[in-house]
Amino acid sequence: MAFYFVQFLTGLASAASLFLVASGLSIIFGVTRIVNFAHGAFYMLGAYVAFTLTERFSGALGFWGGIVVAALVVAVIGVLVEMVLLRRIYHAPELFQLLATFGLTLMVQDIVVLIWGPDDLLGRRAPGFRGAVDFFGQKIPSYDLFLIALSPIVLGALWLLFQRTRWGVLVRAATQDRDMVAALGVNQKWLFTSVFALGVFLAALGGALQIPRDAVHHALDLRIIVEVFVVVVIGGLGSIIGAFVAAVLVSELNAFGILIFPKISIILVFLVMAVVLIVRPWGLFGRPEAAARRTPGLTVTPWRPLTANERLLSAGALVVAAMLPLVAGNYALTVGSEIAIFVIFAASLHFLMSVGGLASFGHAAYFGLGAYGVAFLAKAAGLPMIVSLLLGPLLGLLGAAVFGFFAVQLSGVYFAMLTLAFAQIVWSIAFQWVAVTGGDNGILGVWPEKWAASPANFYWLSLGIATAAVALLRVIVFSPFGYALRATRDSPLRSEAIGIDGKRVQWTAFVIAGTLAGFAGALFAYLKGSVFPDSLGISLSVDALVMVLLGGVETVSGAVIGAIVFKAASIWLVSQTDLSKLVMGGFIVLIVVAFPKGIVGTLEAIRNRRRSAAAKPVSLNSRVETAE
Amino acid sequence: MSMVPTLLSVENLSKSYGGVHAVRSVSFQLRAGEILALIGPNGAGKSTCFDMLNGQNVPDSGRINLLGEDTVGRKPRAIWRLGVGRTFQITATFPTMTVRENVQVALVSYGRQLFNLWGSTGNYAREEAGRLLDLVGMGAYAGRPCGELAYGDLKRLELAVALANQPRLLLMDEPTAGMAPRERIELMRLTTRIAREKSIGVLFTEHDMDVVFEHADRILVLNRGSLIAEGSPEEVRGNPQVRAIYLGEGLVYDARHREGAGA
Repeated sequence: MAFYFVQFLTGLASAASLFLVASGLSIIFGVTRIVNFAHGAFYMLGAYVAFTLTERFSGALGFWGGIVVAALVVAVIGVLVEMVLLRRIYHAPELFQLLATFGLTLMVQDIVVLIWGPDDLLGRRAPGFRGAVDFFGQKIPSYDLFLIALSPIVLGALWLLFQRTRWGVLVRAATQDRDMVAALGVNQKWLFTSVFALGVFLAALGGALQIPRDAVHHALDLRIIVEVFVVVVIGGLGSIIGAFVAAVLVSELNAFGILIFPKISIILVFLVMAVVLIVRPWGLFGRPEAAARRTPGLTVTPWRPLTANERLLSAGALVVAAMLPLVAGNYALTVGSEIAIFVIFAASLHFLMSVGGLASFGHAAYFGLGAYGVAFLAKAAGLPMIVSLLLGPLLGLLGAAVFGFFAVQLSGVYFAMLTLAFAQIVWSIAFQWVAVTGGDNGILGVWPEKWAASPANFYWLSLGIATAAVALLRVIVFSPFGYALRATRDSPLRSEAIGIDGKRVQWTAFVIAGTLAGFAGALFAYLKGSVFPDSLGISLSVDALVMVLLGGVETVSGAVIGAIVFKAASIWLVSQTDLSKLVMGGFIVLIVVAFPKGIVGTLEAIRNRRRSAAAKPVSLNSRVETAE
Repeated sequence: MSMVPTLLSVENLSKSYGGVHAVRSVSFQLRAGEILALIGPNGAGKSTCFDMLNGQNVPDSGRINLLGEDTVGRKPRAIWRLGVGRTFQITATFPTMTVRENVQVALVSYGRQLFNLWGSTGNYAREEAGRLLDLVGMGAYAGRPCGELAYGDLKRLELAVALANQPRLLLMDEPTAGMAPRERIELMRLTTRIAREKSIGVLFTEHDMDVVFEHADRILVLNRGSLIAEGSPEEVRGNPQVRAIYLGEGLVYDARHREGAGA
């Protein structure tokens, strides 16, 4: 009994940091409507800065002062970020905001390694809380008890701040209707900045307070952000009480989940999240969102199937691509195969995002599931390559069918966070369930059979499947189903009013996208000869998002160009610099701020402008005629 | 009139939020080809009533019989399948599609082709879409991006979309809101003409009393959730209770007078 009670207390102690970070995220979202992906980065920075300060200054004052100063320092960094970057994207679609803040996260990962080095850092114990308290023979660190007491205190302080101060009233008013608050003459800029500073302070404090419990390392950011996303999805974005309750819930589930499913404890959290989403899609304490902003929405030029000339051009490009083995060496062909595979992957995400308006932040899950599917079939079941290649992606289909069912119940940022959390859950299973997946060591020896083994043959195989996939997706875009999907994206109200079951349509699209991603993953497994949990990771999901964005999110198949350019550039970049994350992160931020239409989108915009400039007099006339 | 079938029959419909009775025991009927207006001051319960009819809201009690089926608790899309067309106070269209494609999507849904992954939507029911657009006078705009349309044209497009499932009943929530006076008259004339030709029943809410008194066959007046008057425009116009409610709004009662001066 005592053991379970101590386990319960450990869970409560873990909830403290989670609550601090989640409440910060919620407060920022409530006012600015930005889901700050970089919140995990601020948490990690808080831990690193606190580590340095507490090492530098001795004594109790040095330690506790160091913790608080660290959080303040990071809050100042947050203010700079808000002023320089976020102010430019408050009115951008939420996808762009998520991506820009993710770009920031990537940059911070390289920056902390540059400053503090790649090794884990062990922080000091907290003065006054070094020992452990004996509880019926079970020991519990006294620092844990401190953390348990801290969360309700912070919750109370936040409550006082929001209920009893003028600033708090303004923040609550802005959370309900920020335009109204602006109309009343409140300086919104500084309100937003101060709210962001508070949110970042809480995140950094959460990180700083962890140093006596946990080693500081440069992967802390993604670990915490995923948990925080789960917490706010359960608790409800924008609700501080929700963040508190859900943080406790998730931490307890983790603490006891380890006892029940030691290998895959995260399953328990997933199940609870699924139940909450079915019963209350906007979270336990959240409110139903007003109509979500449309993800694409920069232009409204209707899509057209390719003209005869464009078809000819595409066929020509394909022929050129097919002749690559005549001139290129083996390395170039391997790179070519990889690019073709990523064309499939990016195109499948592009379909979901552009046509469906569903920006998935966890599309790699289905890529990875396809890869593992092939590995299981080829290695464990010993099936021939062609059979594995066709059946392996079914695992991606299955995953997309299960997760997609829940994900499409939500939209906008909730959809993004949920898909990310699902992907992370699949990743954790692949990582932790060593007996089946090989864990971090992956599954090796997934080689193609003789007929596909040569780089040239494998390249042709990949190119062929990529062509078929892209053509299939284009057919679907212009099919009745594609229109139903776009209708659901454009106006859920109208599509429901003309008999369209939007959720079912979106679910179908999710399954289609997931299955095609699974094909990409299946090919990838054969290309690399192995499968690792990385093929399910967040960074792969984000790579796909960047490919779509780079190609142009509002185009029909811009992702094809985006994937080719991005993959070629990143392979080159990794060979040139050790700071690829820093460069990549900066690159993402740059596209979002300066180049949101992407390559194909920009080209189309130029063409449309020329065309409409030439056609304007005619259309004006016809308009006048019909009006009369 | 007894030969004309009843399309919609509402009995004792009620809905309350907390202690507020938004709609209190409302009953009425609507026959084929009839234009019925639902009016009342702000907060009278018009929208709540409307939302319960089209499935966006579930009543606390009462019955709704639509074309012989009990529709309480059914989703809007299921009610649409029964033959109900719908337009919104603020137009809901698909801005990234052309005008014709907006109608074609509705026809795709009507033809139960929503999960057809292979066909070409551009060619789907193209003539039928053209006919519907011609009917509302939008034929010349078929190829235009819907996002470029003026507001009055969007309203007409919505009407064409609402007619795509060959409805027996049209539910129009403030059909002329946000339009210029001249456009209002044109749109309502168009609606009335189509309804008469195809024998479609029309239920609409409206704030513009000129529109109501000129076009409605019958008027329902809601106040604080209850039906306080029902009858022909003349009857409602003469009702002292209705006058009392509306006096503060500076209502122009005499539509005939306006007709003489305006159109």
